[in-house]
Amino acid sequence: MSKPLQAADRSDWGTLLDAYRTLPGVADELFDSAGRVRPVWQPFLRDLAALDADALDHALARGDQYLRDAGVFFRQYGPTDSTERDWPLSHLPMLIEAGEWQNIATALMQRADVLEAAMADFYGPNRLVADGVVPARLLASNPEWLRPMVGIEPRHGHYLHFIAFDIGRGPDGKWWVLGDRTQAPSGAGFALETRMATSRSFSSLMSSTNVMRLAGFFRRFRDTLLGMRNGDGSRVAILTPGPLNDTYFEHSYIARYLGLMLVQGADLAVKDNRLMVRTVGGLQPISVLWRRLDAEWTDPLELNESSRLGTPGMIGALRSGSFTMVNALGSGALEARALMAFMPRMSEHLTGQPLAMPNIATWWCGGAGECDYVKANLERMTIDSAMSTRLPFDHGPNVVIAGKKPDGTPVDPAWIDAQGPLLAGQEIVSLSTAPALVDGKLEARPMSLRVFVARSGSGWVVMPGGFARIGHSAESADISMQRGGAVSDVWVVSDDAGPADTLLETGGGTAKRTLDATLPSTAADNLFWLGRYVERTDFKLRLLRAYHIRLAETGDGDYPLAVMLSEYLEFLGADVAATIPDNVLDDMRAALRSSGQIRDRFSTDAWNALVDLSRTTEMFATRIQPGDDAARAFSVLLRKIAGFAGLVHENMYRFTGWRFLGIGRALERAGLMMNFLRVFTDADAPEGALDLAIEVGDSIMTHRRRYAAGTSRDTVIDLLLLDDMNPRSVLNQLVSIDDHASYLPVTVEEVRMTPFQRKVLEIKTALTTAAPGEVSPDKLEQLSGDTATLSGLLADTYLR
Amino acid sequence: MLYDITLKIEYAYDSLADAGRHILRLTPATLPGRQRVIASNLDVSPTPTEQGFAFDFFDNRCISISYDEAVEETAFLMQARVDRAALEPLFDVSPDLRRLAKELDTLNSVASEAPHHFRGRSPRVPPVAEIATWAGRLTADSQSTLEAVTAVCTALHREMAFDPEATAVDTPLEEAFRARHGVCQDFTHIAISALRSIGVPAGYVSGFLRTIPPKGAARLEGADAMHAWVRAWCGLEMGWVEFDPTNNMMAGEDHVVVAIGRDYFDVAPVKGMFRTAGSQDTSQSVDMVAVRS
Repeated sequence: MSKPLQAADRSDWGTLLDAYRTLPGVADELFDSAGRVRPVWQPFLRDLAALDADALDHALARGDQYLRDAGVFFRQYGPTDSTERDWPLSHLPMLIEAGEWQNIATALMQRADVLEAAMADFYGPNRLVADGVVPARLLASNPEWLRPMVGIEPRHGHYLHFIAFDIGRGPDGKWWVLGDRTQAPSGAGFALETRMATSRSFSSLMSSTNVMRLAGFFRRFRDTLLGMRNGDGSRVAILTPGPLNDTYFEHSYIARYLGLMLVQGADLAVKDNRLMVRTVGGLQPISVLWRRLDAEWTDPLELNESSRLGTPGMIGALRSGSFTMVNALGSGALEARALMAFMPRMSEHLTGQPLAMPNIATWWCGGAGECDYVKANLERMTIDSAMSTRLPFDHGPNVVIAGKKPDGTPVDPAWIDAQGPLLAGQEIVSLSTAPALVDGKLEARPMSLRVFVARSGSGWVVMPGGFARIGHSAESADISMQRGGAVSDVWVVSDDAGPADTLLETGGGTAKRTLDATLPSTAADNLFWLGRYVERTDFKLRLLRAYHIRLAETGDGDYPLAVMLSEYLEFLGADVAATIPDNVLDDMRAALRSSGQIRDRFSTDAWNALVDLSRTTEMFATRIQPGDDAARAFSVLLRKIAGFAGLVHENMYRFTGWRFLGIGRALERAGLMMNFLRVFTDADAPEGALDLAIEVGDSIMTHRRRYAAGTSRDTVIDLLLLDDMNPRSVLNQLVSIDDHASYLPVTVEEVRMTPFQRKVLEIKTALTTAAPGEVSPDKLEQLSGDTATLSGLLADTYLR
Repeated sequence: MLYDITLKIEYAYDSLADAGRHILRLTPATLPGRQRVIASNLDVSPTPTEQGFAFDFFDNRCISISYDEAVEETAFLMQARVDRAALEPLFDVSPDLRRLAKELDTLNSVASEAPHHFRGRSPRVPPVAEIATWAGRLTADSQSTLEAVTAVCTALHREMAFDPEATAVDTPLEEAFRARHGVCQDFTHIAISALRSIGVPAGYVSGFLRTIPPKGAARLEGADAMHAWVRAWCGLEMGWVEFDPTNNMMAGEDHVVVAIGRDYFDVAPVKGMFRTAGSQDTSQSVDMVAVRS
């Protein structure tokens, strides 16, 4: 760090900068206007240049490995479908000096105050319209200005609690606001993961650089959320649209990270104008809801009628002041592009201050003068929908850039006149470039920052860095993640060696709080079905393995026992014509889908084990051969399932959710085993059926040890039905269900025992007291029928 | 004119409908100088678990109800006695369409009566190019806003067939326009789209229409159920004018207003869905009888 700054030019960093080309008329983050590497980058670059190719590869791989292990993904939308994609990490952090960051933070906190005041006005007295600052027509045509919210004052006095700004640096070196994100901005959770990945890659560089930490920001925001509760035992929840949303990973991640409940609209209900969550212990009040769902979808009764993601009556509950919505419904109105044209005057009018950071120059074509101006300056304008909430370089289908339509033809000025108020023009911006690592060399790519700002007890707090978008080419438009852009960490670097988090709350931090996480009914349902599907897969794989072992031994599947086995598999829906039947793949996909709904309650290791199981199975399905090859493949899969079960058993805290998972598995295993025993211990079953039963029940060794003689119907029934010491026996499952059930919440009406518990006990007792000789096929059938009713009883009691 | 109005709406469900929540806009409005509600009553069966009352953004009266338990059917019975004033003779003092735009620009208000809410796209009324072309042609020579409004509504009445079988509540307006048939809701939505396309703020009025005509007059279309018509803003001086395109007449003494809004979305008489697996069956009947004039 003692190297003199003036000597810091390209040649000092070996070949690292050979391919780095700054663009004329565009600012650059690495080089200042005189062509020198900025001081903040110098130590980092020096260390980076010292890494040889192998060391660099390893460093990058560590970051990637972290993201894979953590299961970080986002959802990318294609023309017809959507897929989960790995998180697009741009490995190199973007470095910014603390003094400059402080200026950015101060300016954005001021802007946040202006936006808060604008919300209060738009949903209150409407002075901005009355005084002619904001055109009435513009506000009235804003689809995110939600009329049902007009006049509803937020319970704690604030409309905005968690917002973000996209900012970029212009050619003159100054920062500009590109977009206000006031609806439900995403990215803060991804920033945490990006930080983790980047610090894995560059751990030594990070420790030698004073990088401000991110955790304090979240701690303070969580305190804000918890502080707004009613003090009546009510809770804070995060509302997600669900796993099909592009940022669902982040929702589940933040819920886990902050210890908050993650809910979907269907988990919530409004009762006596209060917002409640349906849990396995009945309705429980929610007094703070952090929504990650656009307002339009939150209440099908008063907003979008077609929404299946919301909760009818939500706005009614807000109207009665019974809970706090973060951010207030209707905050999306501030995101409209055309509103930026009026922000400078709004700031003056509302706060008496000019904006400390300008936003990108914007003209609303609903005003005659502005429209003429846009038409006269077409070559330096982007013209797009006035109500667009996208970034300036994220264009709509009818965008006009520098006077040209998407097909390259010039725009007709008459069209601009006719569309008028539906359009806004914005000055074309050239974002500054920042270094991205491409094949071991640095290249200059366009960059924008997303800055998160949250409310704390003492005013706004700004997350110090964490999130930048980096284009995948030199084109600004390619910065969008949906178009291949990447995300990099942002390091805010202070040059003194003082405490790195001086801007954050000092004093050792709050003690870690544990919140009793009440289990929403749908989460319980998903865990229950996850258990069932995994067990169902396991059981079918065992039968398939037994079938293919016999195929391998005899060369054909034509003898009675093999025929019986294939018929039985067919009865279970699995056609042995395919080595891995579709039906088994379907079960596995269903397991994955159920677990995808509850990633917030599920360890990353267990999730990865399940993903691995599923990927391996899909891969096997395309290549394994019947017989020996298949039998060995099934053994591999069964070991993977055992691995998953082990992770769940060893590593998962005994929350209520774990119990539903356990009940699902045990119930499925009991049901399948009972039915299987009924068929394979039948007097008419072909020779070898009893041995096969023992094999499928994974009990060959135990049988040999416990019974001197060979298999008989009695020994098989004894071992696989009645022996509570055998983890594969039916009685063992009932004992386990009974145990789980005793930990489930009890509602007031069911003080003694729920109908579910009663039935479990009844079956358990029947099995405990039965002798093998007494268990007739009819008796088995009856027990089997009783067990089948348990699923419904469980649902009635806990999952409604 | 003094009326007794009875409205019955019944829903029956194939399978039990779970935990429903509704907003009802069924009761006639009080409009100073035009319409006075002397008495009104709303019965809901079965009795809701919760019930509340509020005015919405457009100052319509809204009853909200909810059920905790599943229900097989619901029935709403609204009875009201309403005094409806006769229409004042109307002199056309509306500006031409170009001046109308200038007048609108001077109105710095987004209060519920402000015309700005009624200019652009609304949930059920998008801009439709075909309708805009049609309306543009019809009103090219109109000397005043009122003349343009009359031209659009008269043309709709002339070209469109009233056909209760042709469309449903959720038929898109372009479809009804292309086939030139529909019910009062379609007439009204098309009129709104057409008027907005030529720069005239236009909204939706739901209400009742006298079922038994005065002696010698023809029975009006749309009287068997709740009715709908359009309101158009005709400049600073004239303000809002209501026109019934289904019957090609100004909405006057025969029309009793329940709710106003940008389109059907804002005024739907029964809003909110029951969660049910099966289908539902609806029936509606209206009786509006003149007690004395």
